[in-house]
This record gives sequence, structure tokens and C-alpha cells, in this order.
Amino acid sequence: MLHLKISKRQDPLGWRSCFVIFGAVALALFFSALLLALRGTPPHEGIFVLFKGAFGSRWAIEDCLIKAIPIFLCSLGVAIAFRLQIWNIGAEGQFCMGALGATWMALSFPDQPAWVVLPAMVIMAVIAGGLWGFIPALLRQKMQTNEIIVSLMMNYIAILILDYLVYGIWKDPTSFGFPMSPTFSDAAIVGKIGSTSVNWGLLHCAVLAVAVWAFFRFTTIGYELKASGSNVKAARYAGLPYNKQVFLVMILSGALAGWAGFIEASATVNRLQPSIMVGYGYTAIVVAWLASLNPFYIGIASILLAGLRVGVENLQLDLQVPAAFGGIMEGFILLTVLAGGFFIYYRFSFTAKQ
Amino acid sequence: MIVELFIPLLAATIQSGTPLLYATLGEIITEKSGVLNLGVEGIMIVGALMGFLAASFTGNPALAFFVAGLAGTATAAIHGLVCLVFQGNQVVSGLALTILGAGFANYLGTSFVGQSAPGFSPYAIPYLSDIPVLGPIAFNHDPLVYLTYVIPVIIWFYLFSTRHGLSIRAVGENPFAARAGGLSVSDYRWAGILGGGFFMGLGGGYLSLAYTHLWTNNMTAGRGWIAVALVIFAFWRPGRAVFGAYLFGGIMSLQLRLQAAGTELPSSLLLMLPYLLTIIVLVLSSWKSSKSAAPAALGVNMEPSE
Repeated sequence: MLHLKISKRQDPLGWRSCFVIFGAVALALFFSALLLALRGTPPHEGIFVLFKGAFGSRWAIEDCLIKAIPIFLCSLGVAIAFRLQIWNIGAEGQFCMGALGATWMALSFPDQPAWVVLPAMVIMAVIAGGLWGFIPALLRQKMQTNEIIVSLMMNYIAILILDYLVYGIWKDPTSFGFPMSPTFSDAAIVGKIGSTSVNWGLLHCAVLAVAVWAFFRFTTIGYELKASGSNVKAARYAGLPYNKQVFLVMILSGALAGWAGFIEASATVNRLQPSIMVGYGYTAIVVAWLASLNPFYIGIASILLAGLRVGVENLQLDLQVPAAFGGIMEGFILLTVLAGGFFIYYRFSFTAKQ
Repeated sequence: MIVELFIPLLAATIQSGTPLLYATLGEIITEKSGVLNLGVEGIMIVGALMGFLAASFTGNPALAFFVAGLAGTATAAIHGLVCLVFQGNQVVSGLALTILGAGFANYLGTSFVGQSAPGFSPYAIPYLSDIPVLGPIAFNHDPLVYLTYVIPVIIWFYLFSTRHGLSIRAVGENPFAARAGGLSVSDYRWAGILGGGFFMGLGGGYLSLAYTHLWTNNMTAGRGWIAVALVIFAFWRPGRAVFGAYLFGGIMSLQLRLQAAGTELPSSLLLMLPYLLTIIVLVLSSWKSSKSAAPAALGVNMEPSE
């Protein structure tokens, strides 16, 4: 009789783990297709429409890139915190605060030229997002409060602050009662690249990604963070300033999400409105984990999951599938990738058993 | 005068606290076995939807409530599969379950938004509801509230006075010692996950079957996360969970009443109260009290043995 034996691999699977990830995503697609069938949508047609909608036309690919920008920035931030095993799930709120900070500047300086107002918007977005990351870190380090719940609760609070502002003092008097801020001045809008509909935020992503990479590669602080990330206990024992590191990663994490909020408000929506919150901060967590927290893979995974969002919009239009289908796919992908990790760290062998 | 004002408020407090109480008790059972399940929000919403669907198709609220619990168990089983079988990270798996559960419930529920289903109605307990003050506050509710007057005691007894409960706590405190002592860590953790998931599902079912009798998307509105925080506030004890759940029930019903009374305060600031309170309560219960109340092996996976 054959007996299944599970043992830990000497070395994790290395480059071959991409097959595991690929298999996991395929399995997630399969489960999602089953749910399409449950609601009466032909699954093969649904998956086809999904992919065609996501990557099948120039317009679709451009939309994909536009959505990938905020997801990438949030995910980059989330990954920095996750590496240190600080569970920042507040990217959604930090993104929201970033959008608020940027809007505040845009509305305060309607007559200033772009070289004044855009930097002001970035700075305020980064401060507001960073502050929203700093608070859970402060409570965690000083009061031993669970950062998971605090950062999540701050998502709800940030979104309610946004509601308060766009229903109140920031409401556009000419909006016929709709909750939205006035449109930003042209100077406060991040423009589009050439004749495409993709905005220059794409370049921000590239620059910030290189900056984050260089920070971890070339600076002492970055190196120490990497050391703590690979083994928190050993790093603390070696005298690394763990306390400061927690603050640093949470502020960085929040600042990057805040930057994403700035781009979304300025380049994509051109104003502040509640519909700006579409869950990029949660998608960022899926992306970060799918990419094993590696910045380069985060780029690829951001485009993939942005593609899912575009594809789901297409599904909604063509086959009347509810938008929540996107959440199902993201949830399944995260779960199957998590489970797939088992095959990266463990090996199976069959031994004959008497 | 004051009493007339406070009796309906306190009665509403108990009602709003009840779904939180079910979910918190569920999370206590799960965490006592050493498994952190952050998917409460997702499990609750699946329970709410399944309860609602069962009620509208069978017309039997009691059966529907049970179905909500089973749906919770089934959803929690995904967490068990990922964390116990495939050794996935418990934090991330719970988050994934939240995303999946919300997606699933909104996906299937979209066609039912605004529809109503048969549910539970208040039933005044004879004699008890005639007690002045206490009667109208505590004994003029739907039967699901009365259940929560007994369930915490049963769970407390189970966890602290039965052999099975002792084993659950053992695998949560020190799985290695428990395994050396001949207990199957995985079996007891499965029990913790599935049993806990049942109560989280009931919490969701309460929302769609008794708190309201209709379906709206995202009807849990963060209650699952509040339940996770309440477990810490309760120091993993069922008795304190009752207190915590009613504290939040109080703030939620106060906020609703203020809104209905048409105060000057903007509704978005009132809606913020439960989330702010969650942070405050967490800070107060974590500050200076060490983590000793948490099960020692909470969130730590057991590697498969040879």
C-alpha cells in the first residue's frame, strides 16, 4: 500500500514556484467559473468575455494600466510592511487620506501654476497617508494594540471623513446636490501620456519603484529592514532598532498609498467623490501576496489584477454579472496562492508501507 | 421620564449587540484552539445571505437560522483547509475569506436587494416581561436574543469544564505539548474553526432574519471586525464578551436614535462612532495588560508531523 509522506524541502522551490502560482490562479479561475454557472452565466463565455474585456483591445489595455497605477503603489507599500510582519491592511484608508490631502491642496490653490500646486498635492497626500499609517504603528508600539484591527477600522473612518467633506464643506455648489468636490483646476491635474488615455502616474510608479528598490539595496536603513524582515527575532537580538523600523515601514506604506490616492483624485477622477473608493487598498494585499512581496512581481501582478477589474466591468456590461464577482475572484486567487505556498515549502513522496 | 427614554434605548442595545455577541463567541471558540480567523466579516455576510435565502425559499425562519450557521461552518472550513492542511498564513487567509465572503454574498445577493423574507418577531415572555424596567428591556425580544442569554454560559462551561474544551484550550496554548500528550492538534483545531464558524454564521443570520427582515448588500458593515476586536476586549472570556457586545450595541443604537432624532451632527460623524470606539476599546484593553490573556499559540501553524 502506498503511503503519502510529506517532508519539508531543504530549499524552497525557487523559480519553479511560478508553476505553483500559475496553477493556483488557474484553480481560482476554475472556482470562479463554477460560480458564474451557479448564477446562470455560461462559464466558458464568461471567462472569454473577462479576458477579452481585460486585454483584448487598446482601450482595454490602457484602462488596465490606469487601474494598475494605484494598485501598484498601494501594493508596494503594503509589501514593505508585510515584510516586517506588520499587518498593515489599512491601505484603503491611507489611499483615501491621500486623496483628501491632494484635494485639499487643489481646492486651496485654484489659481497657482502646476509647478506649485502639484508638488503641494503630492506632499499633502504623502503626509496624510503617512499619518494614517503612523497611527496604527504608534498604538501598536506604545499600547500593544493589534495593528490589523486598528488599520482596518481606520479605513472605515477615512471613508466617512471623505463622505463628510464631499457632502459638506467641499461640496461643489454646481453639482445639483451630488456629493462631489468641484473639478480641479487644469494645473492640479496630472496629464495623460501623449495620445493615450494613460496618465503620467505610470512614470511616478516607475520612479517610486526604483526609489524603493534603491532604498533597500543601497542604504543602511534599508539593509537593516531587510535583515529584520527575514528574521525579526534575530534582528532584534542583533540590536536593530525594531521600534523605529515599525514606524518607518508604516509611514512609508501609508505614504505610498497616499500617493496613489493623489494620482487617482488628480489624474483619473479630476475631483473628489465617494466613488473614488473602489477597494484598491484591498486588491493591493492580494497583489502583494501573489507577488511574494517582490517589487518586480508586484508590477506584473498589479497589471493582472487591474485586468481582472477591467474584465469584470466588461462581464457586467455584456453578461449582467454583478460587479462583486471581482471580489470573488480576488478572494479565490489569494486563497489558492496561499494554499499553493505549501507546495513550495514541502515535498511529497509516496513510500511503500507494509 | 428618564426611564421612558432609556428603556427603548437599552432594549435596542440588546438587539444590536446580539449579532456581535454570536460572532464574538464564535471567534473566541476558534481562537481558543490557537487559530486566528480574521474572516469573521466574510463568514457573517455569507451566513446572512444563506439565512435570508433559506427563509425566503422555505418560509421557515428557525430552519433558515440553522442554515445560516451551517453556511458559516462551510465558509470557515475554507480557512481550515488553507491553514490546517496547506499551512497557509492565518492572517492572510482570514483577509482572503473576508474578500471572498463579501464578494460571494454581494454577487448572489444582488438580485435580492431590498426584498424581504419571513423572519423572527419579538415575543414577550409571559410574567418576565411584566417586571418593571427589566422586563421591557430584556424580555420583549425575538427568540434569537433569548438564545444568547444561555449560549455564553454553555460555551463557558464547554471551554472550561469539559474534557473536549480542555483539549481545545490545550492545542491553543501549547500544541507541541498537546501533541506529545497524544491529542490530535489538527482535529481539535478543526473543531475550533468549524464550531466557531457556526456561531459567526448565526451572527450573520441574525442580521437578515431578526435585526432586519430583508437583504441589503454589505449588511454586516464591519461587525465582523468589531467582533475580532471584542475578543481581545473580552480577554477570550465568554462572560466579558456579553458585556463588550452590549457596549457596542449601545453605541450603535444610540447613533441610530440620534440620527432619527435629526441632530445637528452630520451622519457620517455619527456612523464613525462604532469604529472609533473599537480603536479606543482595543487601546484600553491592550494597554499595560500583557498579551497573557491570548492563547499562547494563537496564529501559529503546526507543521505536519512525519
